[in-house]
Amino acid sequence: MNDAMNNDALIRVEHVWRYYGALCALRDVSFEVRRGEVLGFLGPNGAGKSTTMQIISGNLAPTRGRVWINGVDILDEPKRAKAHIGFLPEQPPLYRELTVDEYLRYCARLHRIPRARESSALDIAKQRCGLTGVGSRLIGNLSKGYRQRVGIAQAIVHMPAVVILDEPTAGLDPIQIHEMRTLIRELAAEHSVILSTHILPEVQAICDQVQIIHRGELVLKDSIEGLTRRMQGASLRVGLRQPPALSALEAIAGVHGVEVLEDGAFRLYCTGQEVADTVVRHAVEKGWGLYEISPERLSLEQIFMELTRSEPAAA
Amino acid sequence: MQIFTIASRELKSLFLSPLAWAILAVVQIIIAYMFLIQLDTFVQLQPQLAAREGAPGLTDIVVAPLFGNAAIVLLLVAPMLTMRLISEERRAQSLTLLFSAPLSMTEIILGKYLGVMAFFFIMLVLIALMPLTLLLGGGTLDAGKFGAGLMGLGLMIASFAALGLFMSTLTNYPGVAAVSTFGVLLLLWIIDWAGDKGTQASGLFAYLSLVRHYESMLKGVFNSADVVYYLLFIVTFLVLAIRRLDADRLQH
Repeated sequence: MNDAMNNDALIRVEHVWRYYGALCALRDVSFEVRRGEVLGFLGPNGAGKSTTMQIISGNLAPTRGRVWINGVDILDEPKRAKAHIGFLPEQPPLYRELTVDEYLRYCARLHRIPRARESSALDIAKQRCGLTGVGSRLIGNLSKGYRQRVGIAQAIVHMPAVVILDEPTAGLDPIQIHEMRTLIRELAAEHSVILSTHILPEVQAICDQVQIIHRGELVLKDSIEGLTRRMQGASLRVGLRQPPALSALEAIAGVHGVEVLEDGAFRLYCTGQEVADTVVRHAVEKGWGLYEISPERLSLEQIFMELTRSEPAAA
Repeated sequence: MQIFTIASRELKSLFLSPLAWAILAVVQIIIAYMFLIQLDTFVQLQPQLAAREGAPGLTDIVVAPLFGNAAIVLLLVAPMLTMRLISEERRAQSLTLLFSAPLSMTEIILGKYLGVMAFFFIMLVLIALMPLTLLLGGGTLDAGKFGAGLMGLGLMIASFAALGLFMSTLTNYPGVAAVSTFGVLLLLWIIDWAGDKGTQASGLFAYLSLVRHYESMLKGVFNSADVVYYLLFIVTFLVLAIRRLDADRLQH
């Protein structure tokens, strides 16, 4: 292991496989998360998101493969590795009979925060998660949104290098979701964050890196910019009053597919920015009666659906 | 350090639930009733005893049967206290908190064990206080016999707790843990009944019996073999519990 790499990548997952009996839940998953990055983990239900999260957090042992947290192998030295992790599982691990303060104090002690710093650590965590007023309330009496916040406070109270959040916004109302996103963006300033979700706009809103997992395999690994590029310029919508023969459109350089839409509209699948210019020039020269031309953006949904749907055919 | 954090949380949660209070109250009432009956017997026998040389004293007539019966009451009650230790946390999925924290499985199990043992210690003190009140009335107790009996009861409860904790790691259902703990404890309680027939296995059965080792302590006989039996029992089930918890990460 190279030290420079360790400092850079807070989480390194290498060739991880996980079987549940004969069922293969993860096959050959490898990725890295660097300091200050927010990685969004996308996938349909049952794709292996939670399994991956549990493996990274040391709750589950991989059948094969290695996981390093901040340069520490989680299988060889679980105690040292876990000191760098804050984990919020799908179901927040709360004790309903304790108050928020009692619970967070317990978490702080489990993570070996010195007694002298305990109160300040608690205050910071509560303040960041918007729990300042509810410290003396019983967790069992809190609403779902507040419990979720307590779950996050639990994951950051010891200021870990890596925060792992499994579906942090599940079951929250829109305002709470917005607050949660702000909080996650704030966390990214000091921690690396991995979060799983099946809400696509969420990924676009808060993540730097995106990974799509499907049937236990990573089918896409990209940055948000890369993904945005992927979504743009994939097709042009063209409206013509006097449309020419299809072959004339297909002959345009850079166009590799034409779809006929209603009312003389066409969708041109193309690569390259200059295709739009060419189409306009041709339309003017040949009198196609151009009345509409617009670049179409693929939504993240479409990419997601494409990736997760094409998979069974390929397999 | 972390062990005590877990233990104190466990003890606190026990007292935050009505179950612990109910159990303390019920056990106290039943054992107090037994204590009064033994005391009554003693008062009735006292004239005859006074006439005899080397007659059994207060400790033999009141304390030994009291501790003997207390063990049976605790046999019934212990599974209800230990059943929740791991299974409830697994059910509520709060076990993840402990698994994600920088803790070894040994620390988790020992923390849980110490927590429930602290509760049993309180119970033990309350039980021991009953015969000790006789001192206030001017009675005399045989300190050796009293101490041996109390220690036997303590070791017995510690064994119950270790087995109960192990059973709790096996399942997600507290009820299943309680029933299995009770079943195994009862079996170990009566296992030496087979010993009466004089078969080859009888020696082994007699050794395995929880009661045999206790009986000698109640008589005031402090035999290290008996203490070793209980310690082995406790260590065995704690190690099994640690192994079982560790296996949680591997298989599902």
